[in-house]
Amino acid sequence: MAKAGSNLNLDGQGNPVWLLLELTYKCPLKCAFCSNPTDLDNHPDELSTNEWKQVIHDARNMGAMQIGFSGGEPTLRKDLEELVAEANGLGYYTNLITSGIGLTRKRLENLKEAGLRHIQLGFQSSNPETAHWLAGVDCYEKKLQMAREIKSLGFPMVLNVPVSSVNIHQVPDIINLAADIGVEYLELANVQYYNWALVNRDQLMPTREALEKAEAQVAEARERLAGSMTIFFVIPDYYEGRPKACMNGWGSIHLTIAPDGIVLPCSQARTLPGLNFPSVRDRDLSWIWHQSESFNLYRGDSWMKEPCRSCSEKEKDFGGCRCQAMLLTGDAANPDPACSKSPHHYMVTDAVDRALKTRQHPEKLIARAAGWVPTEV
Amino acid sequence: MTNSNNYTGLTRFRIAPVFMFRWEESQQAYVLMYPEGIVKLNPTAGEILNRCDGARTVSDIVAELSGLFSEAPDFIEPRVHQFLEVCYGKGWIQPES
Ligand SMILES: C[S@@+](CC[C@H](N)C(=O)[O-])C[C@H]1O[C@@H](n2cnc3c(N)ncnc32)[C@H](O)[C@@H]1O
Ligand code: SF4
Ligand code: SF4
Repeated sequence: MAKAGSNLNLDGQGNPVWLLLELTYKCPLKCAFCSNPTDLDNHPDELSTNEWKQVIHDARNMGAMQIGFSGGEPTLRKDLEELVAEANGLGYYTNLITSGIGLTRKRLENLKEAGLRHIQLGFQSSNPETAHWLAGVDCYEKKLQMAREIKSLGFPMVLNVPVSSVNIHQVPDIINLAADIGVEYLELANVQYYNWALVNRDQLMPTREALEKAEAQVAEARERLAGSMTIFFVIPDYYEGRPKACMNGWGSIHLTIAPDGIVLPCSQARTLPGLNFPSVRDRDLSWIWHQSESFNLYRGDSWMKEPCRSCSEKEKDFGGCRCQAMLLTGDAANPDPACSKSPHHYMVTDAVDRALKTRQHPEKLIARAAGWVPTEV
Repeated sequence: MTNSNNYTGLTRFRIAPVFMFRWEESQQAYVLMYPEGIVKLNPTAGEILNRCDGARTVSDIVAELSGLFSEAPDFIEPRVHQFLEVCYGKGWIQPES
């Protein structure tokens, strides 16, 4: 996920701290906001169990401490438990990032046994019908049931709810549902416009009024629930005029491995044209991180153009997101157009205007047509 | 002894289950990890948290720290308390019940 930099008060000292494994691109859901590749179903040759273990070892030797198992849907991999155990044994803090489909009570118990520390569960809505529209599949009951199982096994849990025009009016209900389940953290993640979300941008964009209303509702809930639940919610970059400090900077602390072993600074980077990201099948992980052209291209700030180059913010936001700069302006070295100082900022404000003139209805969401894979694991 | 949280010298703290606390070789420091975050601790803070093991009491920690850093307990005690309160406030540690 091209999310803003994660919380950290240490410096990677030039080494990766966060390792994200995208175990598979396969997924039984078809979320219309999904930031995964739109050609998700042409999934490449996935790494074997032993190849993943090698990656886990190599990154740990380089200094990585946090590991996320994601995808696609990571629970579709039968070796998930084995990989979690391997990572836990090496001293990683292990996180599972899942839609909940593919989990069972038994599997959760096995994951606990394997040393899994924390689960992030993707959730769409407090309303089954809205959830169905957003995920493209009827999965509300199953997710709710899994959320309760996760809590009953004592896992700390983040509920991740991507927020868009489709569900933003449900924010108070979503907060109440999360409190009822007993989660420690609720992340109301404003949808970021990559891949499927970009395809559906006109349909997903909330109004400024809706965002401000949600912000006030969150503020009220934070006070009411202080001590029991932490709620993350930030005004999205399209409205804020400020870019996100994407990945804490390119090749700074985040290391992502795609299902086929391609090594990326973030999940989205694969879509950048002209960049040739090496695979762990071809080169040593440490060489890729330190030496490869693609990891060095946007590292530091010498690649920056104006206005970033002479901007006082550049050490805080690193010029924003390279992938968003590429997707909207056609050049990843441009400032992220979400920045109000970017000469391309009009592209973001125009996109907002256009979306808000569109008749929004969940019926119009575009999701993957194919892509059903069995959920029995 | 007085402090704003209601614990005493006899309280035994342990690291809250959400967190993982350990020595990290690559950082030459103790680290505290939790969902979405990592905190690198300075040597004193690391030594204090390393003793929040559910077995040692707050008084034990004060005694050990004053030995470790060759400082008088009178000097160490308020500093340990101050740090424990911060940790408690952040939810890093819990009193053993
Ligand atoms: C891409 S999914 C992969 C793991 C798993 N399939 C799941 O849904 O949790 C990882 C996380 O990103 C969130 N997410 C997906 N698309 C997003 C977008 N466009 N903006 C913000 N968050 C998004 C999901 O809710 C999920 O928590
Ligand atoms: S569950 Fe939804 S968000 Fe996660 S990978 Fe599948 S389609 Fe994307
Ligand atoms: S001009 Fe560049 S560095 Fe300055 S705030 Fe905008 S994106 Fe950040």
